[in-house]
Amino acid sequence: MPVELLNVIEVMLNGLMAGIMYSLVALGFVLIYKASGIFNYAQGVMALFAALTLVGFQTGQVPFAHLINVIFGTHIEYWSDGLNTFVAIILTIIVMVILAYLVERFLLRHLVNTEPIILFMATIGLAYFMEGLGDLMWGANIKALNVGIPSGGSFWWEDVTKTWAPAEADYYGMYIDVLDVWAAVIAILLVVSLTLFSQYTKTGRALRAVADDHQAALTLGISLRTIWVIVWSIAGFVALVAGIMWGSKSGVQFSLSLIALKALPVLILGGFTSIPGAIIGGLIIGVGEKLFEYWIGPLIGGATENWFAYVLALVFLMFRPQGLFGEKIIERV
Amino acid sequence: MFYRESGDFKTSYRADQQTFPLKLDRWVVWLFIAFAFLVVPFLINDYWEKSVLLPVLVWSMAALGLNILTGYCGQVSLGTGGFMAVGAYASYKLTTAMPELNLFIVIILSGGITAMVGVLFGLPSLRIKGFYLAVATLASQFFLVWLFNKVPWFYNYSASGQITAPERTILGVIVSGPNAPPWATYLFCLTLVVILAIVARNLTRGRIGRSWMAIRDMDIAAEIIGVPPLAAKLSAFAVSSFYVGVAGAMFFMIYLGAAEPTEAFGIDKSFLVLFMIIIGGLGSIVGSFIGATFLILLPVLLKNILVGGFGWPTDLVAHLILMIIGGLIMFFLIVEPHGLTQLWRITKEKLRLWPFPH
Repeated sequence: MPVELLNVIEVMLNGLMAGIMYSLVALGFVLIYKASGIFNYAQGVMALFAALTLVGFQTGQVPFAHLINVIFGTHIEYWSDGLNTFVAIILTIIVMVILAYLVERFLLRHLVNTEPIILFMATIGLAYFMEGLGDLMWGANIKALNVGIPSGGSFWWEDVTKTWAPAEADYYGMYIDVLDVWAAVIAILLVVSLTLFSQYTKTGRALRAVADDHQAALTLGISLRTIWVIVWSIAGFVALVAGIMWGSKSGVQFSLSLIALKALPVLILGGFTSIPGAIIGGLIIGVGEKLFEYWIGPLIGGATENWFAYVLALVFLMFRPQGLFGEKIIERV
Repeated sequence: MFYRESGDFKTSYRADQQTFPLKLDRWVVWLFIAFAFLVVPFLINDYWEKSVLLPVLVWSMAALGLNILTGYCGQVSLGTGGFMAVGAYASYKLTTAMPELNLFIVIILSGGITAMVGVLFGLPSLRIKGFYLAVATLASQFFLVWLFNKVPWFYNYSASGQITAPERTILGVIVSGPNAPPWATYLFCLTLVVILAIVARNLTRGRIGRSWMAIRDMDIAAEIIGVPPLAAKLSAFAVSSFYVGVAGAMFFMIYLGAAEPTEAFGIDKSFLVLFMIIIGGLGSIVGSFIGATFLILLPVLLKNILVGGFGWPTDLVAHLILMIIGGLIMFFLIVEPHGLTQLWRITKEKLRLWPFPH
């Protein structure tokens, strides 16, 4: 194969991997949107918060250490050498469930039957609150997250692809991050288990019923509040997975919460109500922005990844406002 | 007892429809404006100018703009930061290309340029609505900021990629650049804000404002009764972007003096303005001012109390401020989705009935 083609394949592969990372975030959005019609802007911050909490448990940080030190003049930082990764993950999941309960109890319960845009804005407020809370609990410095997932370029893949190029060409093989491959595997597992859960368990059936019609579900005796807590907990879990993957890739820091913004065009492309849509939308955006940067980027100054996804979504919306897999929007007066 | 209509007889439609129907209200407003124009310039110092008055005026203007689009016409926009950047860069290009042009005209012209850009990015609103539109406006935010970073023509090929406001005078007084006296910059911004607020008030209660509100309340129904959605939506985008552009130009020329697009006009600014109008009150001119004042003064106040009073470290206070702002937004949405203006309206209603509420 010519080197040019190999380069394009490499760009596309990396785009696919990046797309899966976007899909991981988008998945959390879709779950909450389907079950409660809420567009949860705080999903990205939830990922950041989950990752911060995980690091905090792993390293044995004292929550609110900075605040306590300032108020009482103490100098506490760590309460132990840190916990086992597995225990830390379990504890983080518990924290996310508690958080889901609190969100339902203090926010959603009071906002039932308000306009979607008000709910959206409320989640923006939630995002700010949690961002402040996360920083206050665990400190705002950039933290490294390591849960034992291997990372770095794959030498095996480099060697394999080197043989594809003509012998005389100066080709070094393709670069692919092992971490991204793991992210892909985990994303597939996550989607499969979520699908199984919603198809074959009683709770899953209740979730789908609520997604279909709130009022009908209520008349059948399904508790909307419980369902919301469950959905937000699952979304918290998905956020944790996304936080772990993004955190291991680029460190746990504020910019992690901005991936929520990148997930928006993914959702638009895939449709707000479709789990496969979130995955495929992510892949299209990932491949699209990497290829655009590769071909067009150098001509117009580079760094097109900042806006390409949004412009693509914009153009796409002009032709298909409900997304690829979304339900058709029908409006009546 | 004193706060009511009785004895204040209206003899014409004009008098009946005026913005402040109560005599007392009118007096208070006039006194407030007189105080702002005649007294404050003599009291102002550098600290008050830079950290309180100018930010409040600039962000009020931006909030006014977004409120026209989101509050009156119902189109959610997350591109405010990008449009402010357009205003800022337009004013920079205009004033460096034509140094003798009056700064007042420069700022109005940059508003006009932003309006054109706004209409361009408003075109998708004809087909998409709600969240989808909000995401579409994100495209303008990121694309515009990227554009100003990447095309050297916009920043006159300066080595740092920054734009710096040159010194300009109005009636012989310096109003932009580092040597401008605080009272001059303050008065300049105040004049612009007051004039444009009056214009906005009159736009929104006239035919055009009613067509916006009809579109906001239900666009299909509005279309059926004969409100043209194309004209209404695009005019809302144009007017709103004009205000936001003027705010951007003021922000850069008068307040910042030097700007770099990613830092000064990032997505956080778009959200800030959105919060201002939510907290202040969607669809209310006064609400834009209240919201902007509240969100600008709250961090300043908290900082002064916690950092100055208690001696807490600034980063800790910054986190606390984030939490408080987020908490307040949720609180307001639960308790009063119509914002602080609604609380103000309720207070006024109660005052009118006082002391016999039944």
